Amino acid sequence: MVAAPPAPKKPVSKPAHHEPSAVTPATPTAEGVISVRGLDFHYGTKQALFDVNLEIPARKVTALIGPSGCGKSTLLRCFNRINDRIAGAHISKGQVVIKGKNIYDDDVDTTQLRRQVGMVFQKYNPFPKSIYENVVYALRIAGVKKKPVLDEACEHALKVAALWDETKDRLKANAFGLSGGQMQRLCIARAVAVRPDVLLMDEPCSALDPIATLKVEELITQLTKEFTVVIVTHNMQQARRVADLTAFMFMGQLIEFADTTTIFGAPQQKKTEEYIRGIFS
Amino acid sequence: MHAPVDPSPGGAAPHPFAKPKTHRETYEFLIRQVLRAGTYSVLLAVGLIFAHIIIKGVPVVFTTKAPFINTNFLTKLPETLHVIEDKQGKIYETSPQGSDVIKKELGGNMRSEKTISYSGGGILGPIVGTALLVLVCMVVALFLGIASAIYLSEYASHGKFIEGVRLAILNLAGVPSVVFGLFGLGIFVLSAPVLTDTPHERSLFSIPLGFTYMSFQGWDTCVLSGAFTLAFVILPVIITASEECLRAVPQGFRETSLALGATRWQTIWRTVLPFAMPGILTSSILGIARAAGETAPIMFTAALAFKDKLPWQGDSGFFGIFTQSVQALPYHIYTIAARIPQSEYSERAQYGSVFVFLVLVLMFAITSVLLRRKLRAKYQW
Repeated sequence: MVAAPPAPKKPVSKPAHHEPSAVTPATPTAEGVISVRGLDFHYGTKQALFDVNLEIPARKVTALIGPSGCGKSTLLRCFNRINDRIAGAHISKGQVVIKGKNIYDDDVDTTQLRRQVGMVFQKYNPFPKSIYENVVYALRIAGVKKKPVLDEACEHALKVAALWDETKDRLKANAFGLSGGQMQRLCIARAVAVRPDVLLMDEPCSALDPIATLKVEELITQLTKEFTVVIVTHNMQQARRVADLTAFMFMGQLIEFADTTTIFGAPQQKKTEEYIRGIFS
Repeated sequence: MHAPVDPSPGGAAPHPFAKPKTHRETYEFLIRQVLRAGTYSVLLAVGLIFAHIIIKGVPVVFTTKAPFINTNFLTKLPETLHVIEDKQGKIYETSPQGSDVIKKELGGNMRSEKTISYSGGGILGPIVGTALLVLVCMVVALFLGIASAIYLSEYASHGKFIEGVRLAILNLAGVPSVVFGLFGLGIFVLSAPVLTDTPHERSLFSIPLGFTYMSFQGWDTCVLSGAFTLAFVILPVIITASEECLRAVPQGFRETSLALGATRWQTIWRTVLPFAMPGILTSSILGIARAAGETAPIMFTAALAFKDKLPWQGDSGFFGIFTQSVQALPYHIYTIAARIPQSEYSERAQYGSVFVFLVLVLMFAITSVLLRRKLRAKYQW
């Protein structure tokens, strides 16, 4: 099912403390790949991630699961450096390499990074503008002014988000007139309008009802045609339904990372098994 | 289960929800009445003030004949009022020019003549002056206020220094307005920089720029000095209110915008500000209404007790209006109420001015309410 299932955490290089990149020459060359190498992350004095190593393959859905506070959202938010906003949040060790570049290098421009690593949030949060303006927001701030380009991008993004048929006749209407599920798909359209390589999703369905959830999940599996999707969810059924690969995290550590079928069928680690079976949560 | 605990051992309460026999009820009632009395006394005070001003002011500003408005009062400059009484007890109210004509006509028939300063003519000068002051003050205060609010809430990292800055701004609100007046006199009137070829001899120092000099000699008593001083009076209000409004914009909007590749400024300009603006404007307009009413800050910096020219009638032409000193409504009211001998004629001028002033401030308040409604409807979330 998976072309190159990354080995569970252990066997791959256990990176050295200071120059992890030198130890892992086997950087996957596939486009859009994220590789996390020996990442330690802190909120102020509190350490939230401990030596996380992860290779996320291109054009797959990778799910991060684990109990609340395990660091899955923190890890996701490291991929587009949106954590930079939080005072005191910093990385003390390790790298996040996207498209062959450590995104925490000093010469990385976060706005350029975020154009290529889009994000969809837990709470659907369209801007209080028209549907059209919501979708083309990222293009407008990137300086695109030509109407045909914007129109084309809007249509494409809405089609990708499976929202085109429902909204094509009311693009100028306020986005707040949409239903919850539609708003979340609008947020997905907004995120994909600039055609990023990677799409990060932070519990995208947790504010939605089951039917809207189903629609968004269908959409997520479709998105892999164009994007590498990383999704955080605390709904294990959802991970099972949408993810090609699943990473289980616990207390800031990556416990196990493998095919979704392996994780849910034959987990190698005891903690994973306990979590899957619902012994703790 | 059929025998509920009876709070009154007398057995008078047949059901479980009966009132306990305490003074709680009376106590509640008393508290409620005290609070109500407080509220009503405030209302009463406000009502009395308004009623007083309206009853005394309306006859001055409105007339019984068409066009029902005393146009002279609104379109003429203040002048000395001459009141001449003839031997039959008939009273003539007239301007300085008119008094000579009447005196000549009456000849020996004149019994007495009284002159009351500033109480004749109209109050166009003060109205125009206040309008100019408010206009410039609004531009300066909104720019400085919104800029610092954005910096404090969006850019500055939280720390002791920024807390100190906030505290300083709050304290600024408690500074007496006459202190602002003296500050304005010292800074804007006497030592602000101007570009001039010939620095004034009282200039603190001047920097030669080659083609001209930048001389720290102050802007003199003028609209600019006064408006800047007023702006500083209301800055704390505007900064604090703007900060609140910026904070009320959901964090999610900022995060989303940043995640879409926007810079901080793009996020603020396109996402945060449009939604904070209604609140910022409404609270600022109320602050500006307060600036319009301040007397002490403009006493030393902009206002004159009397001026016989409108700002654009000066030597420097139309564009010199901001570098002229002006009359202003609050200062005018102060002058005719406290600086001249009182009589029924000066009282009339006082109440007329106060009434006009009240109407202007009321218009500010109404504008702010309407603006808020309109903008709120536009940006719902």
